[in-house]
Amino acid sequence: MVSVVVWGSLKPYTGGRARVEIEAENVRDLLARLGDAYPGLQPQLKRGISVAVDGVIFRDGWLQPLKPDSEVCLLPRMVGG
Amino acid sequence: MPLDNTPENKRKFAVVGSRPLRPDGVDKVTGRAKFGADAVAPGMLIGRILRSPHAHARIRNIDTSKAEKLAGVKAVVTRDDFPDHSRGDRGLYDILYNVMAREKALYEGHAVAAVAAVSASVARQALKLIKVDYEILPHVTDVDEAIKPDAPILHPKLITEGVEPKPKKASNIARRYEFGHGDVEEGFRQADIIVERSFKTEATHQGYIEPHACLANVGPDGSGELWVCTQGHFMVRDTCANLLGINASQLRVTASEIGGGFGGKTTVFIEPVALALSRKANRPVKVVMTREEVFKASGPTASTSIDIKIGITKDGRIVAGDATLRYQGGAFPGSPAEFGGMSTFAAYDLPHVRAVSYDVVTNRPKQAAYRAPGAPMANFAVESVIEELAGKIGMEPIDFRIKNAAREGTRASYGPVYGPIGLEATLAAAKKHPHFKAPLGPNQGRGMACGFWFNFGGQTCVSLNVVADGTVTLSVGTPDIGGSRASMCLMAAEEFGIPYDKVRAIIADTSSLGYNDVTDGSRVTFATGMATILAVRDAIKKLCARAAQMWGIPEDAVTWEKGHARPAGANAGNFPPLSLKEIAAASGGTGGPIAGHTEYSADGAGVSFATHICDAEVDPETGATRVVRYTVLQDAGKAIHPEYVEGQFQGGATQGIGWALNEEYIYGKDGRLQNAGFLDYRIPVCSDLPMIDTVILEIPNPGHPYGVRGVGETSIVPPLAAIANAVSAAAGVRMTSLPMSPPKVLKAIEMAQG
Repeated sequence: MVSVVVWGSLKPYTGGRARVEIEAENVRDLLARLGDAYPGLQPQLKRGISVAVDGVIFRDGWLQPLKPDSEVCLLPRMVGG
Repeated sequence: MPLDNTPENKRKFAVVGSRPLRPDGVDKVTGRAKFGADAVAPGMLIGRILRSPHAHARIRNIDTSKAEKLAGVKAVVTRDDFPDHSRGDRGLYDILYNVMAREKALYEGHAVAAVAAVSASVARQALKLIKVDYEILPHVTDVDEAIKPDAPILHPKLITEGVEPKPKKASNIARRYEFGHGDVEEGFRQADIIVERSFKTEATHQGYIEPHACLANVGPDGSGELWVCTQGHFMVRDTCANLLGINASQLRVTASEIGGGFGGKTTVFIEPVALALSRKANRPVKVVMTREEVFKASGPTASTSIDIKIGITKDGRIVAGDATLRYQGGAFPGSPAEFGGMSTFAAYDLPHVRAVSYDVVTNRPKQAAYRAPGAPMANFAVESVIEELAGKIGMEPIDFRIKNAAREGTRASYGPVYGPIGLEATLAAAKKHPHFKAPLGPNQGRGMACGFWFNFGGQTCVSLNVVADGTVTLSVGTPDIGGSRASMCLMAAEEFGIPYDKVRAIIADTSSLGYNDVTDGSRVTFATGMATILAVRDAIKKLCARAAQMWGIPEDAVTWEKGHARPAGANAGNFPPLSLKEIAAASGGTGGPIAGHTEYSADGAGVSFATHICDAEVDPETGATRVVRYTVLQDAGKAIHPEYVEGQFQGGATQGIGWALNEEYIYGKDGRLQNAGFLDYRIPVCSDLPMIDTVILEIPNPGHPYGVRGVGETSIVPPLAAIANAVSAAAGVRMTSLPMSPPKVLKAIEMAQG
């Protein structure tokens, strides 16, 4: 199971938990299953999201493979100047 | 792509890391370079925009009849010419509303109508003939005022997101974000010393020298062209196509040379208006903003109000950090509150940390990105308190930072665990730097600060052509705002194994390449660089195949080395190497032109850290501050063109000096901007600055074959705090409000002296 860390203001949508477990093989799977399991996250997922997979930030890496012991941190979609 | 340049197997570069002349330099200094306003077309009209004089007003009616009848006027557009094609996309609708006001004008300078006429004077006359019936509404421009319960509400349906249970009443707070880990209250219980302070920063403008400019030409079949000064012409194409309800492929956008962007040219303002005017007039239309329009109607950065609380033990270990940050981003949601919150404590290893940030709307122009959006303000607040805490326990601020610095394995305050990062290296280099121990003169103080930015990669598409004379043309889709063409040529030359001057790069238009994300996020040297390397490797495969044909041996029996195809081994045959030039010259007979191409979505950009040291001198009689010495130490991963890296470091420091000491949007009680020009909005000029010293550290990023990390944004993060710490030390009083203009510093000194 991949361990997913959500940021503080998303916790109300994951039952108050900062970390949830999701079975997923890649980032796209993970986001889809996360949205199914926690529908309250959908508005943020639709608005755009980046993820850090084991510390490396991915903005568009839907197909980035995940290991069973990967840690995925949700982050707002990265922007820059 | 994996790192070729590993510490244990350090790659020897031939041209990467050298400092050749920039390919665009001669054109720019001789005036041959074509910027946005230089575009012309036969039959071209001049477009001008009528803007709201009111900070907040309902638009009851717009009467354009007299303007339309004026001789020489070819088109007039208002909100009626911009139907809503956003299909529920709130972000797109906000851009539409910002481009042309709808039911309300939400800030002074908000566009309400536009004309296209045969000359600028006719266009100006026409604007005077447009009658707008306004119902003036109460306004709010200050972030703290905007969140009060009785504040005028900009958007009656704006309900704060990120709060549970969901509020039932509209407010000016668009979103709430929270980041962190641990138990902050428990952390403060463990603390021996706690410092809690509040800070304010004013909105500043990116201050690019070239105003927004474009030339639109829409034909009767609905297809069009746009020449524009932008950081991202693919973004311009897609946004304009969506706003105007046309297919993106019908619109060909060409990016001009760009006279600065710094994030401010990552969205659209005048481009959809020029296209709408051109479509209506059936003539090319050029629109160029005045400097006053740039200040009032483009996108400055957010102003902020920030509370910081940090607790430490007596031995100098930080046990808890807590922050509340309020960012006003103008009239629409989208201030960089989330990135401010995420970056607040990113430089430190904290067991208990929380940052809560709010995205607030006010009657000001819709903010746009400005280098490391949101981070400098948060950094100013945190690094000021860090310096103060170090003083309270009698510890050198640099040792205090080293003791608490984030390092590989630290869980960042915004979530992930860091991989290899360069913060400690920048601190260690700072401690060794001669600046660190140089004596200070009278009324001088020294301050320092660390800073952080995320960086990202993004979508990138690159093509290159091997020309028959043995040179290479490279087409990239990311506008060159910081010397990227030179960096791309260096990486292409390195990969091919040919001299730098054999490669020439251009910025191709939107119909010539696949989609490219905007030049932002410090991404181009990293992402476009990787795509360039991949495109070269693609071309090398083809060059090897052609050599194999010429030799009559299998393709896999050919290898590429230092600009030449060579037989892979003794069994492949005894052929003298074929140079790129020789293979290219024969290409007509071996299968036609040789090209390389990549489509790539780059990730793994690697975060970046910097440490800055500043010496400031404060005149105790006037409060005037002069920065007398400044040093930037930053991790670049691998500097492709070190001079441009140094330029980014110096540029960030310079903009930070302006932000810290002088720059601010000043609003009157009427909600109107009081200083919309460079005479009254004071950016630093050369005489305000010392020579800014730079130290490039190279801790390779494992996500790039050469180890590149983005450098464009991190360098603006530490200056506000480094300068504030220096000024506070020189003035003998803690400065908590930016800019530290002479009256403000003088008042602080006088108050401290009682």
